[in-house]
Amino acid sequence: MTRVPPRTRRNRTHIVVFLAPAVLIYTAVMIVPLFETLRLSLFTTSGNHFVWNGVANFGVLFFDERQSLGFWNALRNNVYFFVIQMLQNPIGIGLAALLALPRLRAGAFYRTAIFLPTLLSFVIVGFGWKLILSPLWGVAPSLLGAVGLKGLFAPYLGRESSALTTLGFISVWQYVGVPMMLAYAALISIPDEIIDAAEVDGVVGIAQFFRVKLPLIWPTIGMISILTFVGNFNAFDLVYVTQGALGAPNYSTDILGTLLYRTFFGYQLQLGDPNMGATVATMMFLIILAGVCVYLFAVQRKISRYQF
Amino acid sequence: MLAAHAVLIAYTAVAVLPVLFIVMNSFKSRRAIFLAPLALPGPGSFDLVGYTTVLKTGAFGSYFANSLIVTLASLAGIIAFGSMAAFALAEYRFRLNTLTALYLMLGIMIPIRLGTVGILELMVAGHLVNTLVALILVYVASGLPVAVFVLTEFMRTISDDLKNAGRVDGLSEYEIYFWLVLPLVRPAIATVAVFTMIPIWNDLWFPLILAPGEATKTITLGAQQFIGQYVTDWNAVLAALSLGIFPVVGLYLIFSKNLIRGITSGAVK
Amino acid sequence: MSIPRFIFGVLALIAVLTCAGAGAVWAAPVTLTIESWRNDDLAIWQEKIIPAFEKTHPDIIVKFEPTAPTEYNAALNSKLDAGTAGDLITCRPFDASLQLFQKGRLVPLNGLKGMGNFSSVARTAWTTDDGKTTFCVPMAAVIHGFIYNKDAFDKLGLKPPATVPEFFALLEKIKADGTYVPLALGTKEGWETASMGYQNIGPTYYKGETGRLALIHGKAKLTDPQWVEPFAVLAKWRPYLGDGFEAQSYADSQNLFTLGRAAIYPAGSWEISGFRKQATFALGAFAPPVQKAGDTCYISDHPDIALGLNAKSPHPAQAKAFLEWVASPEFAKLYANALPGFFSLQRAPVALSDPLALQFASWRGTCKSTIRPTYQILSRGTPNLENMFWVEGSNVINGTDAPAVAAAKLQKGLDSWYKPAK
Repeated sequence: MTRVPPRTRRNRTHIVVFLAPAVLIYTAVMIVPLFETLRLSLFTTSGNHFVWNGVANFGVLFFDERQSLGFWNALRNNVYFFVIQMLQNPIGIGLAALLALPRLRAGAFYRTAIFLPTLLSFVIVGFGWKLILSPLWGVAPSLLGAVGLKGLFAPYLGRESSALTTLGFISVWQYVGVPMMLAYAALISIPDEIIDAAEVDGVVGIAQFFRVKLPLIWPTIGMISILTFVGNFNAFDLVYVTQGALGAPNYSTDILGTLLYRTFFGYQLQLGDPNMGATVATMMFLIILAGVCVYLFAVQRKISRYQF
Repeated sequence: MLAAHAVLIAYTAVAVLPVLFIVMNSFKSRRAIFLAPLALPGPGSFDLVGYTTVLKTGAFGSYFANSLIVTLASLAGIIAFGSMAAFALAEYRFRLNTLTALYLMLGIMIPIRLGTVGILELMVAGHLVNTLVALILVYVASGLPVAVFVLTEFMRTISDDLKNAGRVDGLSEYEIYFWLVLPLVRPAIATVAVFTMIPIWNDLWFPLILAPGEATKTITLGAQQFIGQYVTDWNAVLAALSLGIFPVVGLYLIFSKNLIRGITSGAVK
Repeated sequence: MSIPRFIFGVLALIAVLTCAGAGAVWAAPVTLTIESWRNDDLAIWQEKIIPAFEKTHPDIIVKFEPTAPTEYNAALNSKLDAGTAGDLITCRPFDASLQLFQKGRLVPLNGLKGMGNFSSVARTAWTTDDGKTTFCVPMAAVIHGFIYNKDAFDKLGLKPPATVPEFFALLEKIKADGTYVPLALGTKEGWETASMGYQNIGPTYYKGETGRLALIHGKAKLTDPQWVEPFAVLAKWRPYLGDGFEAQSYADSQNLFTLGRAAIYPAGSWEISGFRKQATFALGAFAPPVQKAGDTCYISDHPDIALGLNAKSPHPAQAKAFLEWVASPEFAKLYANALPGFFSLQRAPVALSDPLALQFASWRGTCKSTIRPTYQILSRGTPNLENMFWVEGSNVINGTDAPAVAAAKLQKGLDSWYKPAK
């Protein structure tokens, strides 16, 4: 893509008209309330009043064992969950590569079918998988039994060692459609001339995919990865629906989202603490910000934009 | 080619079978669900009791209408305002361009739920609580960053020659945006529509807090409350889950036609 | 116009306006909304309880709008903040509601007609620490125990156990027979292990109220033998649970039992109405077994649910009329029988018709009652003791933590913020 410098013109009211609705709604409904949350993290509650507390809440979150154990555990789980979830990229790109094969029949059918889980709400996905993996119902054990692997079955969602990994795979199952769709779109918009040129040079088949096509869709992959990273720190619903707000068993599936929910709104007998909740929220914000900066400055700079 | 089909069919099975499995069991009696979960519903086990429970107890028709209104209105807002902003950012050079772009895209990184308390205060002040407008505003705000991001990227790829030709023909900037650029970014719009539609349709949080009233309840909230209520009645739960699957798939099919057509028409090339 | 005529005119105008205003009020009946977590009871409220009230109060319409139990606290707090909460608020016991009262969300109800129907003990869960102000009308308490499949017991020739050794002998027999899963309990949702497990059998070991108050006053620790022993007993339940109990949820346990695949269900009395609907076999119940024959038995008889008045309700007079009705013997009888297993907290005894509910209620006469140990005062700080009981209870049954380790963790968590008053 060649960047033509955007035009400069004298009458500029149209710029304001174009930008105003988006900026106004976004500022009023998203940014201002978010700043309210960030502000709350610097206060503590005394009686019915907020009292300035500086960064003391963060000290408690990092170092006071009562809060810090939960925080570091949730952060660790979040990172692990992200790593598992990144599996969706190779799978999705692989599927997209097959779908982008010229003269493939029934491509639309496959795309829709593979995208289907992405459309479903966490309520459906979480509850559905809970039923399927339920040792009581016996669907998973009998399916495994049918292929002679019954010994492999365990109450996956109930074991500390396997619960988070299982959730990661459920999440991959649900979201593989996203990288598949985006990579597919990127692959089929590679100009024919480039492919033709590669074929003239004798680069075909799998070699063509890795040496010609893949480098061209790196920006898309980067974008998917960063969206996954952000989404993963927002992840709350799947854990909440399948494992409850305590991240059972024994906090092994507790992630920052569930920790935030418990801290902010309270849970059962635990009373909500808006200030500590806001502190957790602020940390999530900073972590996400750090991740995005790394992506922007370290990763994206190295990927040269592809040119048509 | 055969190998490709084999792989795709295998993965399609992985993706679809669990869903089919839920739908299939929703048509069976409680005993049959437990004793033979993998069997197809047959003469002995076919039972619509789950669906009758669901339809008898919940106002699913009105929930569905609410969800549809909220989703479509939010999509319209996101696409209209998002594409306008994206056009301004991609097309014009002005002093605050980069800053505005960064500001609008910042929202990609932030879960809007973190601002729940402030949003509530805002909606209360505007007397918008328990209205669908409150939900639409929140979803438009939370959907805009992704829309601006994706659409700006796409609009930058559109050649200047076309737009300049339009300008020579005397089109205003608004006309250039609407008649020349928008049609060209159709695939990107379809992409944005599909990806912002899903979280809106499936959201549980804001309907619960901003619009929990019976008249404004969305289908996801209705289904969730129904499941909470009938958690041991698997017939009803499976029926409610199945009913939750169909509408969103239908919506997707409507958009995907444009999505696929848009992508394959090669407009971005 | 003379002055008297002017005054007359003004008076007439006022009279007309007043009548018109009153007429408008009469014309449109007031609607009251009830916030609740009892979504299981929606049908019973709509079909039995509300119509009974509306019959005597034609000017008031009542709507019951429950939220799922796990979302109730968060959703309610947000709605109260937003001013969108209903007129009547269902109160959780102890600290959660106390906090609402302290924030001015709930109205004091000391002077409410009918409050005299409750003893001060019955009001404890919704009264300030100094005992002076009550802010919710108590509705019901729930009792822990064990519900069993009577048909299964008859078939295997078993009878309910009275002591702990008998209980384990019984479990062993059921397991040896192999037809039934001996105990329907899952550890996935910690609250099953905490409330159906620990808080069910625990009072027998720590001597009910004596032990609970000793803990609050700092005279006992969770690491003392009487608090560790219940964990040790729970750990011994493990071999008698169903396959994959680690992933078994609350609903799974209920289904396991009501489909006739499990013999014994560690229960709370609130299960009775649901089990009556779903189980196709005869039900029986027994109280938590005692350590050895002749010991005093203890039961968890926990005030669970009450109703308060939202301070921002636009219709406080009508809402109070409803609360007065809730405090009346008429409501007690209706509620306790519409929802067997929810026992009235009123002084006057309520005639119950459900035999299983009667059996649970009869333990009040033979055993000493106590409330759940974590609910009063001890769950006010972070880390939250009740939540820790959920996690550690499951850890003990799963074998992740030894009983002593679990107890040490709980005490350490409690020590980190709780200083008993000397």
